[in-house]
Amino acid sequence: MNFSSFLLMRQEIILLTIILILVAAEIAISKTKKHSVVHLAIFLFGIHTIVGFFAMDSSSLFGGMFRTSGLIHFFKNVLNVGVLILLLQSADWLQEKIVLQNRGTEFFILLFSSLLGMYFMISAGDFLMFYLGLELSTLPVAALAAFEVTKRISSEAGIKFILSAALASGVSLFGISMLYSTSGSIYFDDIIKMISSTNLTLLGFILFFAGLAFKISLVPFHFWTADVYEGAPISVASYLSVISKGAAVFILMILLFTVFKTLIHVWENIIYVVALATMFIGNLFALRQQNMKRFLAFSSIAQAGFILLGLITGTQLGTATIIYFVMIYIFSNLAAFGVVQAISLKTGKENMNDYEGLYRTNPNLSLVMMLALFSLAGIPPVAGFFGKFFLFTAAASEGYYLLVFLAVVNVTISLYYYLLVVRAMFLRTNDQAIPYFKNKLYMRLGLLVTVVGILVIGLYSPLYDYIFELSKNLN
Amino acid sequence: MDILTLFIIVPIITVIALVFSKGLERSRVVSMIGSFIQLGMAINLVFAYLKEIKVNSNIMVFSKDLVWFKNFNIHYNIGVDGISVALILLTAIVVLAGVFISWKMKELPKEFFISLIVLSIGVYGVFISIDLFTLFLFFEIAVIPMYLLIGIWGSGPREYSAMKLTLMLMGASAVLLVGILGIYFNSNADGGALTFNILEIAKVHIPIEAQKLFFPFVFIGFAVISALFPFHTWSPDGHASAPTAVSMLHAGVLMKLGGYGVFRIAMFLLPEGALHWSWFFIILAAIGVVYGAFSAIRQSDLKYINAYASVSHLGLVLFALLTLNKIAWNGAIIQSLSHGLLTALFFALIGMIYGRTHTRDITKLGGLMKILPFIGAIYVITGLAYLGLPGFSGFVAEMNIFVGAFQQNSDTFNRILTILVVSSIVVTSVYILRLVGKIMMGPLETNDVNDLPKATWYEKTGILLLMIPVIGIGVAPFWLSEMIMKSLEPFIQGVL
Repeated sequence: MNFSSFLLMRQEIILLTIILILVAAEIAISKTKKHSVVHLAIFLFGIHTIVGFFAMDSSSLFGGMFRTSGLIHFFKNVLNVGVLILLLQSADWLQEKIVLQNRGTEFFILLFSSLLGMYFMISAGDFLMFYLGLELSTLPVAALAAFEVTKRISSEAGIKFILSAALASGVSLFGISMLYSTSGSIYFDDIIKMISSTNLTLLGFILFFAGLAFKISLVPFHFWTADVYEGAPISVASYLSVISKGAAVFILMILLFTVFKTLIHVWENIIYVVALATMFIGNLFALRQQNMKRFLAFSSIAQAGFILLGLITGTQLGTATIIYFVMIYIFSNLAAFGVVQAISLKTGKENMNDYEGLYRTNPNLSLVMMLALFSLAGIPPVAGFFGKFFLFTAAASEGYYLLVFLAVVNVTISLYYYLLVVRAMFLRTNDQAIPYFKNKLYMRLGLLVTVVGILVIGLYSPLYDYIFELSKNLN
Repeated sequence: MDILTLFIIVPIITVIALVFSKGLERSRVVSMIGSFIQLGMAINLVFAYLKEIKVNSNIMVFSKDLVWFKNFNIHYNIGVDGISVALILLTAIVVLAGVFISWKMKELPKEFFISLIVLSIGVYGVFISIDLFTLFLFFEIAVIPMYLLIGIWGSGPREYSAMKLTLMLMGASAVLLVGILGIYFNSNADGGALTFNILEIAKVHIPIEAQKLFFPFVFIGFAVISALFPFHTWSPDGHASAPTAVSMLHAGVLMKLGGYGVFRIAMFLLPEGALHWSWFFIILAAIGVVYGAFSAIRQSDLKYINAYASVSHLGLVLFALLTLNKIAWNGAIIQSLSHGLLTALFFALIGMIYGRTHTRDITKLGGLMKILPFIGAIYVITGLAYLGLPGFSGFVAEMNIFVGAFQQNSDTFNRILTILVVSSIVVTSVYILRLVGKIMMGPLETNDVNDLPKATWYEKTGILLLMIPVIGIGVAPFWLSEMIMKSLEPFIQGVL
């Protein structure tokens, strides 16, 4: 292993270094100065994010186990930006709650380990690396979900997550073993050549798909989502709904579009049904939610259903559109979670009723929330509109007009519940409205970045062109 | 900066200026200046257009084309013809009048004016777009501020009305999206590249099966905002709950987007689909005309009466468009303009009456002519113009529509429908005259007679802004007809 192969893995190596530095810092920094760990971690991760933007070659390492390409590298950067925003938004929570319990460093180590797992998962060139990445990305999240040890509901979330995740990854592994038994290899490149639609292969594929569907929380593998989001700390719920989901969508897309390309006549039907079920169930359940975290949980299930509209195409247009949409989704959802986080931290309130009259007391937070929700609902001129329009265009390009029609019906349903939050914040007045408060610097920065993202990503077309160019290699 | 992009840029600058202005005084002055500049630009555009078409024979003039998303062939492509120029002028007039009518907006004035101006950005955008994607984008921008405008500043069951209106209109635009994608993916039928450009798609022969399939999507997607029966139910509730300026803008301008879209997108791009489906939708439109008029008779709330009257009159626009006759088309466009001005006038007057008497119930109003002579006189004039008295814009419009619909090339089916629809004029005069008789001329209902304040300068300005063009179109319709007729030529070639 020479220096140039180190460079190909530099995202992973730098992140690992950061984790080690944090371990050292945990030992070195005295108990009274633990809050500086938060600054250190954010600073280091910020540098890591910036360094990530340097260009990288396409290549593979370890005999094809680990691959990088422009697209994979770009997606890692997207994840980095997402995590950086998330860290900025959780900094206050960590400072005020977690550092006092002397567990600040743990949070970062677990979070970064999970991110490292995602790097390996999306860079995987064979099923072994993929599975290792999947596990590494999942297990720390269970610990994170149970992070608020003083709350019962948080522990419940942790247990629920680890049990469902273990089952899902077991099922997935079973599927992988079947694929191995039919093709005789775990390398993606070999499987592409050997794959055929025998019954065993199909069964293996379906089991494998179920495992990833769990991570994306597609119906019918979505049951854990709302409970875990509700119980877990908001930062972790936010991480699960954007970063974890985004990475899983990405690897699922790569596998479907390359390894399982020849089975498209099978999986397009599966995805058709799952997409409809996910959109309808996610949207219809979101209608009645009062708790903002559960609300966003069902909303994010529904959003995953929309992503499948791009997945069903199997084309370059589909690839580019999915990545574009996931990127927009990351920014929009982080903005929504950021506002929920800020309010919950100051007042402990997490219900929709509590937001009544928010605009009169906290106009800026309400505006951020409204932009985020409009982006999720797909209302112009914010980015979500472009993401949804292009997804529908991608699906229509393959002739799925009925699916697009049912999806736009869902857009209208989703608009209703997004407007419910807008109604609470803007239309209602309330004597006991949440009083005015000022956020700290990190939170304001975190929200600002998401707002800029929501406003700019859609209107700035060269970004889409760039993603489209990158997607060329995949198909 | 070209002459059309300014119609987007100036409102954006106005919005930015509003963000930094505090209080009612600043906000209303800023919006007044912004809308005034818009009106100046719109008037300038009319003259520039009349000059330009003498030397430029393109369908769309002042056009500009910038690539936006090159992979989808989406362009920022703008241009205007006579129809859009006339509608832009209408928009500018109604927006400025709306700002004057909202001069005393007490609650959250800054936010109110911002939403109002954002709405107008969407409307201007639709009228100048040649690209289907940008048109759709602006169409949605025009709809969404309505939720806040009705929800925050409305009266009565405002939350319910706002939600109903927004969901029905956004649902319609979702249906429209399917239609637009259908058009887009058939725009390469003649072997060219996929395109969103309206003018290029019009040259393509889209397969007839696709036209038949997607015409209803596009038609319904646009027609819901023009209150096509049976999708009109959002309109009475929405208008009744909305604050005055919003009712004016919505009935006056926003509902015109429907007819415009039906004409420019559905019928122009899918002519075979229009021929195939016109019998069905013309029945719906005719029902809307008659049903709206009869419903208006039964109402006792002034705003409901006007809202149902709008359903009836905009049904007439859709009816005229679907008769597939150029004279009727000409009438449809004049009717759009005329109805826009008249309904805005009506809503403005209702707002003034309500602001003074605190009721919109006609059983509790009476003898206002004596107490409020200016408002009363204008109300009577507007009412007469509304029922189509010669000398006002309404007469020109309806005359064109009915003559066109009854012409020789029209078949028996259309003629029978026309006779039915003409009967709505009688019904219209019933409710208008009854209204005028009761609330203006009838016996006094209120005891505190002399307390009602007279019309203020800003109210009068707003009213006169709307009144002048009504009489202008009525007295001298020819310059307008000429401008529109010239722009109808591509439609006549393409559709008939």
